Amino acid sequence: MVSYLIRRILIGIPVLLGVTLINFLIINLAPGSPADLYLSPTATPEDVARTEAALGLDKPVFVQYLNWLTQLLHGNLGVSFQNREPVTQLIADRIGPTLLLMGTSLVVAYLVAIPIGIFAARRRNTAADYGVVGASFLGISVPHFFLGLAMIYVFALTLGWFPTGGMVTLGRGGGFADRVSHLVLPVVVLATAVAAGMVRYVRSSMIDAFGQDYIRTAKAKGLAASVITNKHALRNALIPVVTVIGIDLSALIGGAIVTEQIFQWPGIGLLTIQSIGARDYAVLMGINLIAAIAVFAANLLTDIAYAVVDPRVAYA
Amino acid sequence: MSVTPAVAAPSLLRVDGLRTEFTTDEGPVTPVDGVGFTVAAGETLCLVGESGSGKSVSALSIMGLLAGNGRITAGSVLFEGQDLAGLPEPELRRIRGHAIAMIFQEPMTSLNPVLTIGDQLSETMILHLGLTKAEARQRAIELLEKVGIPRAGAVVDDHPHRLSGGMRQRVMIAMALSCRPKLIIADEPTTALDVTIQAQILRLMRELSAETGTATIFITHDLGVVAEMADRVAVMYAGQVVEETDVYTLFDQPKHPYTVALLKSIPHITTPAGDRLTPISGSVPSLVHLPAGCRFRERCPQAMDRCATELPALQPLASRNAHSVRCWLYGETGTAVPA
Repeated sequence: MVSYLIRRILIGIPVLLGVTLINFLIINLAPGSPADLYLSPTATPEDVARTEAALGLDKPVFVQYLNWLTQLLHGNLGVSFQNREPVTQLIADRIGPTLLLMGTSLVVAYLVAIPIGIFAARRRNTAADYGVVGASFLGISVPHFFLGLAMIYVFALTLGWFPTGGMVTLGRGGGFADRVSHLVLPVVVLATAVAAGMVRYVRSSMIDAFGQDYIRTAKAKGLAASVITNKHALRNALIPVVTVIGIDLSALIGGAIVTEQIFQWPGIGLLTIQSIGARDYAVLMGINLIAAIAVFAANLLTDIAYAVVDPRVAYA
Repeated sequence: MSVTPAVAAPSLLRVDGLRTEFTTDEGPVTPVDGVGFTVAAGETLCLVGESGSGKSVSALSIMGLLAGNGRITAGSVLFEGQDLAGLPEPELRRIRGHAIAMIFQEPMTSLNPVLTIGDQLSETMILHLGLTKAEARQRAIELLEKVGIPRAGAVVDDHPHRLSGGMRQRVMIAMALSCRPKLIIADEPTTALDVTIQAQILRLMRELSAETGTATIFITHDLGVVAEMADRVAVMYAGQVVEETDVYTLFDQPKHPYTVALLKSIPHITTPAGDRLTPISGSVPSLVHLPAGCRFRERCPQAMDRCATELPALQPLASRNAHSVRCWLYGETGTAVPA
């Protein structure tokens, strides 16, 4: 297992490098220069050239990339173009709220989706099952920004149950209840898509398990339906579901960017949007690297999880 | 082979007029239609027939394990005097795995891949016998030893994928025996195994049922297995029992034309090399389009006009009452088919 992990991590390094290279190229392909944003409209071409030189943008793209890479090897992600703050510091400040939002969403999504998926599988092809499948289709289809705005309109503006955005109420210290009430709407938005997809996976996986011979064996032993479902079927049904958790984690990163923007959640997602707007290449590269590492880690964890849930899987 | 029990022995299981219907897209089908047989305590009854003759569905009907679209529409399944056909699910659960246990055809897939062998064996004993986890584990190891699994103390903690098909079937047998059932229903338990392993498993089952006095319903399509295992035999064709008798009579004096044809279609050790076997012409009728009258009529060399219009009843031969046949050649009772 240990040698397997080391091998996987070594294979991951060139992949991550490739991701940073592609990101770097795409960012530089965007028309316009960051210098335009930081200078007044009356700036002369000399002013622009001076600013670009100061930001290191006057060199060829590949030299810029190699410089970035060299700094990375020294553990340095550079400084923000906008306010000269170290990128590592900016990300460190923002990652906590994002992890809180994503982690809560993932847990809530699974706590909701797994029981509903099992419920639908046990009532396969009944009205209740069709209702669940239909609702999950709706949940997958609705975009984050629409659901987010709708939730704000209904639950924040009209009913006033929850705040419209932010992580704490400014000037009121931000106790536990205050933080939770700020979390509710963005978590619901993020969890909806994840849960909707998961319901379908759990449902079909459970239906598949119910049709297996070992379930007939379990019935022939005289076990109660609840034991057959929760012990014999679910343990098997969760094996394919584990794969989806890795995919969900990647999708969640994308969803978090939009959701944080809508709810002004002070996390990485909001920082990303701000940095794109400000052409803050240094910050964007740092965020991309962190996101790529997160996706890579999620996939690695998925493979480890396989070995945990399925006794037939062993890594050597 | 044990001695055939006395005819008068009180039956442990008495299936009468069992009819099981499945709802399908092509309308209702009745894979089991008026099946009846009896099993006395300690005896082995073989249910023989081709694929689709209703053997497995009969077994699942007894256990109340029919799929969602299947149900028993007529008949009774008297087990120790109690009719299982009408029994509510919770009471059936107390019988399943306890008084009646089942062994299936597919040892490779019949065990749960994510649970240990010990777990799967203990489960039944904890449920039905009220053993503690530690007691059940101890007894699981004893059972594994009893069914001839080497290193039982280690295997008990293994997952099924570590075992071969034959070993897994031994585990299934151990599981079936774990609560000392009165009846074991074995649905083609050796079909998926290679011949040497088949012989081992058959011997094991015979020894264990003799030792524990457990009655067995042994479902098979293999007449060699019948000769090896059976005290008595019920031959099934298209959802009905066509002949029921003891194993010696079946092989020496088969009465139903189907049984006769079946026996002619298998080689015998005295068959001279080069002799051709006689196949049964035609094929089993589709359950959706069953012929009127006798279901074997279209393939029967001795069919008469009457066979097309009236369905014969399964009735004891006048000469010997432990031998029943469903054929107009031997009896006078039956039901006219509505025109």
